[in-house]
Amino acid sequence: MSEDDDRSPPLDLRRADIAESSNKTRNCTGVSGSGGSVPGPGPSSMEFQAPYPDQVLENVLENVLQFLSSRRDRNAASLVCRSWWRVEALTRSDLFIGNCYSVSPRRATARFTRVRSVSIKGRPRFADFNLMPPDWGAHFAPWVTAMASAYPWLEKVYLKRMSVTYDDLALLAESFPSFKELVLVCCDGFGTSGLAVIASKCRQLKVLDLIESEVTDDEVDWIAFFPESGATCLESLIFDCVECPINFDALERLVARSPSLKKLRLNRFVSIGQLYLLMVRSPQLTHLGTGSFSATEGMAQGEQEPELFTAFAACRSLVCLSGFREILPDYLPDISPVCANLTSLNFSYAHINADQLKLVIFQCHKLQIFWVLDSICDEGLQAVASTCKDLRELRVFPFDAREDNEGPVSDLGLQAISEGCRKLQSILYFCQHMTNAAVIAMSRNCPDLEVFRLCIMGRHRPDRVTNEPMDEGFGAIVMNCKKLTRLAVSGLLTDRAFSYIGKYGKLVRTLSVAFAGDSDMGLKYVLEGCPRLQKLEIRDSPFGDAALRSGLHHYYNMRFLWMSSCRLFPQGCQEIARALPRLVVEVIRDDAIEHTDETVDILYMYRSLEGPRDDAPGFVTIMQ
Amino acid sequence: MESKVAYENDLNLKATELRLGLPGTDYSEEQALFSARNNKRPLPDTNEKCGSKGCTDAPHAGNETAPSTKTQIVGWPPIRSYRKNNLQPKKTEPEAAGIYVKVSMDGAPYLRKIDLRIYKGYPELLQALENMFKFTIGEYSEREGYKGSEYVPTYEDKDGDWMLVGDVPWDMFMSSCKRLRIMKGSEARGLGCGI
Repeated sequence: MSEDDDRSPPLDLRRADIAESSNKTRNCTGVSGSGGSVPGPGPSSMEFQAPYPDQVLENVLENVLQFLSSRRDRNAASLVCRSWWRVEALTRSDLFIGNCYSVSPRRATARFTRVRSVSIKGRPRFADFNLMPPDWGAHFAPWVTAMASAYPWLEKVYLKRMSVTYDDLALLAESFPSFKELVLVCCDGFGTSGLAVIASKCRQLKVLDLIESEVTDDEVDWIAFFPESGATCLESLIFDCVECPINFDALERLVARSPSLKKLRLNRFVSIGQLYLLMVRSPQLTHLGTGSFSATEGMAQGEQEPELFTAFAACRSLVCLSGFREILPDYLPDISPVCANLTSLNFSYAHINADQLKLVIFQCHKLQIFWVLDSICDEGLQAVASTCKDLRELRVFPFDAREDNEGPVSDLGLQAISEGCRKLQSILYFCQHMTNAAVIAMSRNCPDLEVFRLCIMGRHRPDRVTNEPMDEGFGAIVMNCKKLTRLAVSGLLTDRAFSYIGKYGKLVRTLSVAFAGDSDMGLKYVLEGCPRLQKLEIRDSPFGDAALRSGLHHYYNMRFLWMSSCRLFPQGCQEIARALPRLVVEVIRDDAIEHTDETVDILYMYRSLEGPRDDAPGFVTIMQ
Repeated sequence: MESKVAYENDLNLKATELRLGLPGTDYSEEQALFSARNNKRPLPDTNEKCGSKGCTDAPHAGNETAPSTKTQIVGWPPIRSYRKNNLQPKKTEPEAAGIYVKVSMDGAPYLRKIDLRIYKGYPELLQALENMFKFTIGEYSEREGYKGSEYVPTYEDKDGDWMLVGDVPWDMFMSSCKRLRIMKGSEARGLGCGI
């Protein structure tokens, strides 16, 4: 059938016969069977039996536009005229949905008919911190159902913060014979049985990445479901978040017959002895997650001591190392052979101190990405600063995330990093105490900063030395870091800090605020001053309805606004809903909070082409 | 010190709660207490997150630090529950108590690691080594070392010298032994002859 040809984009550029190709491009609209035709300006296939000048132009356009990969460029191109809109829609192969409720699956699949890769994001980020009651939504089901008929050639699915069920995964495995890549980040709703069906049915699977997702233990040996014989296509297998034991023998056999495997991240149920066996079978790895990096409990006595050093020495291509879930620091020096080549090192689950870190970090000259626990203290950060001159991204997580601890890292560590790592682009730093001086120093020393997320864990905590608010520090960041697009603030902050953000943060797209500000003015400064703001998440700050009103001119440009435990009332939220019909204004009730007044628990609002969603649970009220 | 926040929906600081979680305390029990406060949320008991891992009391387990003067706020600091639940405080007790030494045997592909504290004396240790590596150690005598087998158990002491296992009293051995090596063949005989 001619439709089969249409299933294989891109267009064959060698085809000289324009008439022939014109028929084929038009026929593709019928490919999706019962999926319906392209809405809006779309010619019927009858019109193009013979070529005509505009058709020639469209074919040329198609050949050109297919090379356009940036979705921002594509969005711009689609606005030029109808012809460009049509052709862009035909040539878009990667579909990105930033908010699963902003557009319906039907509308998306109707417009973009030749998609091979889909990315969908669901829940708002603050839901990760238990701020949202469970079962709020973001279901994958309607999407996979629509895509099953619309995109039979689908190859890749990337989901973030979505609820995925076993049935969804089963349907996915059934419906897409060319399926190659599944990446689930911060997702939930499924278990090892879902992994099993993917493993067994997706014969062309190259990538199965589970990142920080909740995977329930259905007591299914999912690894054993990969086809037993013959080489697999696997290039990436990431399951470090899967919290249940794994059939090691099956895993070992799988790795042995996966010659293309480059990325392997094991969960903490893989012991160091088992890690050794896997590494010996896969020296070609570029990314390795080491699992527990510890001896198996109960077998510690007399367990085989692997020659891990040799195994690491054999992995000449290793550039990214993570894992260390239950690290026995004795083994740490064994990773030395790869340190000089490492560009990414994740120690954020490794409870090590400064001395233990120094055993390895002094060799990591090429390191660009470093995640670590604050157990390494300021001293450890100084070691990083002195060695890792190429560092681009640093994340320092707290080992003990309470408000009243001493805090092993502080302004001293931040200062040291700012002086040593001048190329820093992104930082996430949890600490107990901070000074404006250190933050100002970083704003001056690290001009390439795009992401600055500072979490002073003590709420409303002022500058450790001067006792002043942290306004000046954050002000310096927005003022001096001209490339800043993402900012998270903390500590004692007055409205002044927000005036700085509004005045200087012209490129800021994402802003996170907690326990900050004095009055409505704070929020007003931001909404009126930051034209690029797309994602704004605020909790426990004294902003009310008047402040909310001041953003009316901008809300359609935003992906979402989240405000929880602020000073909003239902009337204020309703006002917004009435003023902006294309905005979905969700007022979410949190029954666990004791209600002392009428203020809204959670406001979550987002632009949408679809109006109120029909899957909202009882605790969600959509204002109208 | 703290600015006057224009409103307060925060926790009631006057009614601070002193609480030390003992190992094995049910985390959900602790959280239930929090629900009585403003803006607190107990971790949902039906939440799968809690269920699949068991209700851990991660932030409090085994920590003998000073009690918090502020109670925990939901979702603060902003750490994902996955990370919170998986950063168990280090199991320091076994490591601190044990004396772990590597054991190698000439010709065997893998090293082993053992905890010397488990053994009460040389006979037990040697028996364990025999079982582990599937060989026999000869008879020990102070003058002639080990006879009757081509394997000889040796150890490296704090000074870096290689000694015959059994030459010093057990306690001294435990405190000075850095690693064990079961030698084989001529090298063994050299050492075994009571240097």
